[in-house]
Amino acid sequence: MVGGAGRLHRNGWRMATVEARDIRKSFGTVRAVDGVDLSTKEGEFLVLLGSSGCGKTTLLRMIAGLEKPTSGDVLIGGQVVNDLPPRARKIAMVFQSYALYPHMTVFKNIAFPLKAQGMRADAVRQRVEWAAALFGIELLLHRKPRQLSGGERQRVALARAVVREPAVFLLDEPLSNLDAKLRASARDELQQFQRRIGTTTIYVTHDQVEAMGLGDRIAVMQHGRVRQIGTPMEVYDEPADTFVAAFLGSPPMNLIEGKDCLVGFRPEHFLPKEAFPMTEAASVPFRVTRLEYLGADRLLYGVLERPFPEQKVIAKLPSTVTTSIRQGETHEFVVKEKDLKFFDRDTGSRSAPRPLSTQFA
Amino acid sequence: MEAVKGEARVLLGAPATRFSYIRDREEWLGPLMLGPAILYIVLVVGFPFFLALYYSVSDITLGSRSLGFVGLKNFTGVIGTTKFQTALKNTFVFAILSQLLVLVLGNVLALALQKDFRGKWLVRLLILLPWVAPISLGTIGWLWIVDSIYSVINWMLRAVGIFGPTFWPIWLGVPHLAMGTVIAVHVWRLLPLATVILLAGLSSIPKDIHDAAQVDGASFWRHYFQVTLPLLLPVAVVALLFGLVFAFTDMTVIYVLTRGGPYDTTQVLASLAFFTGVAGGDLAEGAAISLFLFPLLLAAAIGFLRIARRSEVV
Repeated sequence: MVGGAGRLHRNGWRMATVEARDIRKSFGTVRAVDGVDLSTKEGEFLVLLGSSGCGKTTLLRMIAGLEKPTSGDVLIGGQVVNDLPPRARKIAMVFQSYALYPHMTVFKNIAFPLKAQGMRADAVRQRVEWAAALFGIELLLHRKPRQLSGGERQRVALARAVVREPAVFLLDEPLSNLDAKLRASARDELQQFQRRIGTTTIYVTHDQVEAMGLGDRIAVMQHGRVRQIGTPMEVYDEPADTFVAAFLGSPPMNLIEGKDCLVGFRPEHFLPKEAFPMTEAASVPFRVTRLEYLGADRLLYGVLERPFPEQKVIAKLPSTVTTSIRQGETHEFVVKEKDLKFFDRDTGSRSAPRPLSTQFA
Repeated sequence: MEAVKGEARVLLGAPATRFSYIRDREEWLGPLMLGPAILYIVLVVGFPFFLALYYSVSDITLGSRSLGFVGLKNFTGVIGTTKFQTALKNTFVFAILSQLLVLVLGNVLALALQKDFRGKWLVRLLILLPWVAPISLGTIGWLWIVDSIYSVINWMLRAVGIFGPTFWPIWLGVPHLAMGTVIAVHVWRLLPLATVILLAGLSSIPKDIHDAAQVDGASFWRHYFQVTLPLLLPVAVVALLFGLVFAFTDMTVIYVLTRGGPYDTTQVLASLAFFTGVAGGDLAEGAAISLFLFPLLLAAAIGFLRIARRSEVV
């Protein structure tokens, strides 16, 4: 058992932290994971966020023990588990495809990890029923996976994961096979459930909304490295570099080239002066070239005017801002000083704030 | 109006090319494509089969021109003979033992070939080789390998000291040993097909399922018997069906190695039918022997295909 250093949760669940130390994985010449240092807190919901091919799933599979790291250590509950097989790591994993055993009933699917532990039949029945009740699938126990809807399959996969009370949950895009509507409610249920059992969870996704909504902290990954790790607020409001700034947010952060740095501001912080007559704000002339009306928001596409370089930027106005703006018009827009982020032009990493007048003359 | 019609005709193409649209019409194209295959089956399989059906209830022989109907006399006549009963028993021993071995060994090989290792292509090639070589040639090779005087097995094992100076098995000359040998050669011959079929079945199981079983803590045996094997079952049943039909109906290995001997101890129904009907000239009795197992095989085939369909997943 791995949980030597793990602490017992109030419900009697064993909890553990997960740590990756300079972990690397190469497939041939491709470096899928390229030196990741990461550690979770106990009971934390940590999200690995990145586009496909960024190494997030490989990292998760190394934590699970399904993939052997080329170098570096994986620690669970403070113990190096590099040489332990998945079954000895006290982890449970939910796969993107759910990976239910198609020839077994729901009951047998959920019971499988317990039987593998050699649990007695009546104890197995009790635990399966408990797990099924947790996800409201008691009535499906005799069905086969192919007779279930996507949402039901996902619950079965979760039930199979929790049934043997793992110290760590590993979830690999568990919501991506659900339709948009179901995904929202599943997200809600997943978070409630995680809060209730309080098990350390690592969650892989490419969906920033999922990441922002679920994570206690988010690790943003690119090219096998973690670019930034922090709370949703931190990674969104204080991006560590231009990649994180451009990856999060929809539409992404506007980045314009100044004299010796890049200046970034979010579309929703770029507002018409007419409606927001602020003093502590930079004033920017903005010519609108295209409008998108999205119901809750208006997206204004356009270019900056002198003294700023003629660069494309986007403004996102909530529908509560009713200022009349038409295509082709130039309006004076404002951004609060504190909403301006500065990045190094060469490395893309954050640099110290400076007056806007030094950048654009 | 007329002008519009004319224009439409230009756009749609002249009616003369209507035949070319057959490519877009499934209800015509399907039968057209299937036609040659069906014709082939009717001529090469169907015709001889029905001819055999008729022969089995007639009194035809190779030397006579009569073709009278005699009912089930050929069947009732042959069932009582020791020759037939031995062959029937041998057929089952031969088919079932060889298929058991093929399935077990095929599974082991397929599992091994699924893993990546150096020189995998060579192992693959070696395993597939028996299938590529003409079966009669391969079997003639075996005839030499198990020859009573020149047997390479015996000479080699004696050279390394495993066989003592007085121990010299005559592989094809002793009843049980001869049966063992023909079964071994038959297994050697069918193993490639079974391995390839099972390998295809193994690789069709999603990797996630294996990962899940690993995370869920299944040991190798639990993983294999409770996850892999049940998912492999539909494919394994197909391999088994092929193998059984082959073992029940084919006689190449036995014909080349033993001709049914010694003392008919390796005679199976297929070879007995050949020796009675073709070599012995009694076409009617030969047909009756060869058709004897047809109802049984048909029932087995239907049964297996049903299992395969029921265990089909997702």
